[in-house]
Amino acid sequence: MYALADCNNFYASCERVFEPNLEGKPVIVLSNNDGCVIARSEESKKLGFKVGDPIFKLKDCVRKHNVIVRSSNFALYGDMSRRVMQTIRLFSPDVEVYSIDEAFIQLDGLHGRNYEEEMRRMRATILRWTGIPVSIGIGKTKTLAKLANHYAKKNIETGGVAKIGEHPDEMLKTVEVGDIWGIGRQWSKKLRNMGVQTAFDLCQLAPDNIRQSFNIVAMKTAMELHGQKHFAFEQSPEQRKTLLRSRSFANPVTSWQELSEAIASHVTSAAEKLRNESLVSKVLRIFFHTSLFSHTDPHHSAHATVEFTSSTNVTHTIIKEALRLAEPLYKKGFKYKRAGIYLLELSSGSAQKCLFETQEEQVRDKQMMTVLDAINTSMGKGTLHFASTGFTKVMSMRQLQKSPQYTTHWDELPTCLCCLQ
Amino acid sequence: MVKELRLPLVGGRVEAGFPSPADDFIERSIDLNEQMVTNPIATFFVRASGRSMQGAGIHDGDLLVVDRSVHPKHGSVVIAIIDGGLTVKRLRKRDAQALLVPEPNEVDQGAYGSIEVGPDTDAIIWGVVTWSVHNLQCTH
Repeated sequence: MYALADCNNFYASCERVFEPNLEGKPVIVLSNNDGCVIARSEESKKLGFKVGDPIFKLKDCVRKHNVIVRSSNFALYGDMSRRVMQTIRLFSPDVEVYSIDEAFIQLDGLHGRNYEEEMRRMRATILRWTGIPVSIGIGKTKTLAKLANHYAKKNIETGGVAKIGEHPDEMLKTVEVGDIWGIGRQWSKKLRNMGVQTAFDLCQLAPDNIRQSFNIVAMKTAMELHGQKHFAFEQSPEQRKTLLRSRSFANPVTSWQELSEAIASHVTSAAEKLRNESLVSKVLRIFFHTSLFSHTDPHHSAHATVEFTSSTNVTHTIIKEALRLAEPLYKKGFKYKRAGIYLLELSSGSAQKCLFETQEEQVRDKQMMTVLDAINTSMGKGTLHFASTGFTKVMSMRQLQKSPQYTTHWDELPTCLCCLQ
Repeated sequence: MVKELRLPLVGGRVEAGFPSPADDFIERSIDLNEQMVTNPIATFFVRASGRSMQGAGIHDGDLLVVDRSVHPKHGSVVIAIIDGGLTVKRLRKRDAQALLVPEPNEVDQGAYGSIEVGPDTDAIIWGVVTWSVHNLQCTH
């Protein structure tokens, strides 16, 4: 048996823990740089806000409904996520953290106990300890646990916990195909054309037919709905395969100086992440472009890819390559709105030996990165950095409405009042 | 969440050339967190602001250790949600009723009122204050 615990409107819920007056009000959280909507409270979902909506198109609606807008506060969300996951681990040692706000839980270890009761106890504990409301679905397979979770979310009378048990048909009939885990928009459209509306309908199709009309993953999904396990429980999350760092500029960038600084900053942050996870990258891709929304300014979009002679996570090696790629592509007279880099073909372990580099150089680079990381960890991100990332503040994020980092910064603790009433 | 503060439990001054006999007894360091944070998952730090709890030893600017996993009892100092904000009060339970009571020092007596809340305090009590850290080097 599996359970899926999923935090309700996680980012908005995190904001509410420290600002209880946001309870019951529509809240939206914006992407890095305040670009578009990435999370919504239940109330703002009802108002029709969609994930991905660019904020500048929503200004009127925000004003009209007094919507609370917050910049993303990942220091806070990350810390609250850690607390939720640690609480879950107290109930079962077998936990697969699926995303920042979701985890699969292996229930078979809880011998002889009533799974549903145990999950209700867990839900109450998470709410009490962290302030975060979660929904929990219980089922024989991961797909069924997901489906039961969806049901628990949609039906308040479940009290946030639903189990799909011996007689699943009734619950299967209430869930639309598009809401099944792994059934994307394309497939659900095709399925609806075939007359398949709900999870129950999908269960009525012959597995071989599903395999022929779609593929083996769709067939496995259908079989999981029948209670046959096809998706394994992974104890550790999948290894990262790519790493992206990109951001739009608060103000359009026109000079090579600013553009190159932005690219170097992205590399710095990405390389730091690689070293943190003991990964190296084989391929670098850079890109930058002008606004996609502007009708008046001329458009220019550029990208380039390079393969390193040997996989690396050394900041200055990657910066050098990135700038070498970008410089010939840069054109004067364009207003660049976004720049970014991808690190691809990531693998674990230390960098491979390179024929053209001496051993001393490799040792020196490694030591240098260790010192760099140590200083930046103890004294704050960006304390020590490469001159190519610049000293101007072009890259500082536009985050006008960010809440304090309540749980990770001494200077930003929540305040409680000791005053009248 | 919490940076470790490690202090040696026993430490002798080392005379040049002669190690202190006490050094043999250094076993481990002690960490303030061990005393003040029993359940780190549910512990949050909150800054106090105002004078209404001075009688309970909470001064303006003090750092409060709040443990959300502690069950609020009669007499607990709690963080309560009042008018959508976080407020510190003493919880007093009387039969089915609960009161949130301020605790100012003598000078301010009477300036603050109690708040009556229903028997179900779950929704209104944010957490229980377990420690107050007051800095004696500066006056608030």
